[in-house]
Amino acid sequence: MSAPGAAQFCVRLLRRQLLLAVRRPIEIANPLLFFAMVVALFPLGLGPSPEKLAGFAPGVLWITALLSNLLTSDAVFRSDFDDGSLEQLLLAPQPLFLSVLAYIGAHWLTTGMLLALVSPVFALMLNLPLQAVGTLVVSLLLGTAVLSLVGGIGAALTVGLKRGGMLISLLILPLYMPVLIFGGAAVQAATSGFPAAPYLAILGALLCFAVALAPLAMAAGLRISIDA
Amino acid sequence: MPVNPSGMLLLAAQSLSLVRGGRALFCELSLEVYAGQLWQIEGANGAGKTSLLRILCGLSRYGFEGKVLRHSRHLYVGHQSAVKALLTPRENLAWHVSGERHNTNQQIEAALAGVGLYGYEDVPSHTLSAGQHRRVNLARLALSNSPLWLLDEPFTAIDKTGVAELQMLLVAHVEAGGAVVLTSHQALQVRCEVQTLNLDRVAA
Repeated sequence: MSAPGAAQFCVRLLRRQLLLAVRRPIEIANPLLFFAMVVALFPLGLGPSPEKLAGFAPGVLWITALLSNLLTSDAVFRSDFDDGSLEQLLLAPQPLFLSVLAYIGAHWLTTGMLLALVSPVFALMLNLPLQAVGTLVVSLLLGTAVLSLVGGIGAALTVGLKRGGMLISLLILPLYMPVLIFGGAAVQAATSGFPAAPYLAILGALLCFAVALAPLAMAAGLRISIDA
Repeated sequence: MPVNPSGMLLLAAQSLSLVRGGRALFCELSLEVYAGQLWQIEGANGAGKTSLLRILCGLSRYGFEGKVLRHSRHLYVGHQSAVKALLTPRENLAWHVSGERHNTNQQIEAALAGVGLYGYEDVPSHTLSAGQHRRVNLARLALSNSPLWLLDEPFTAIDKTGVAELQMLLVAHVEAGGAVVLTSHQALQVRCEVQTLNLDRVAA
């Protein structure tokens, strides 16, 4: 029997990454706790007036989601680099740019998707109008997938560095900005009763763009990091 | 190098030169590995054994001169064991990231038993010792269908019986028409011919 095909191998990697995540639940809980804590800080800093909070809510929720994603993206390839699995992945006969998609998929499922699903709770905490909650969830689902993909590029480039945390922020924060702009704008539009679909469509386009190009950049980044 | 190697060419390295930190580790080094050969790369610490192996397997792509032609699939075992502490040995082998063929449970159990880990199939790997991690990694050899094995210090952290068993596995692979390139400081006690490449001697 020969080596498994690329799709089969991706499924194998995805299962492996998800199992690893489930075996270390604190890694899944961390970004959610961070999200909860930071969102809870805003009413303390901005004052508890519900109108004021509702105005800030779209931006606050989106920035917090972005930061909590940034917090975890450093770890996507880290443990595999440390124990030598990454070398083996690079030598696998399957195309690397598809394999890294499995890593990013697992990362998104355990961070961005969970965050999007629990975000309505925090939206209520910040008095976001109910009509915007659906848009918030959809925009976060689309947007965090882009963030995971872009974060993966930074993670791939900095995985060989001992302290890559700060560098990764500098590298990828500028690339996060379009996502933040359109994600925040979608929720803002829904809050004021305007259609959010155009913004969501742009987020979807960004996602398509990132899915197509980010894996190539990640694969190249990993090869450079392992070579160094 | 034998005059008439019987097997097919699995790997050819052509005039490799590597400079690290202003020091030439090897210069115009050529190497041809044929099926049925067992190569041992020797050299003092820092002679460039690991660097050479990383070039041969394709992990190092830049920073050296020369060309490597790989004519077959190869399996690389590096210094790090690539064993996930959170997975059991069985899961580590079944879902290994090296993209080898899919193995059945029986094959994995047999491979683990072959490296002396019978009964450890389903314990978390973080409870295993460093030597046992190495053994889990070496169980991949038995599961692999790659003709060429590139092994970087495969005997590290392995006990005496383990070393003997591993050498027998290497010989069996070579006799079955595979080839092995390994780095080691130990003299191999095997019943087949060993080609040696001493990096101290080829250094510029």
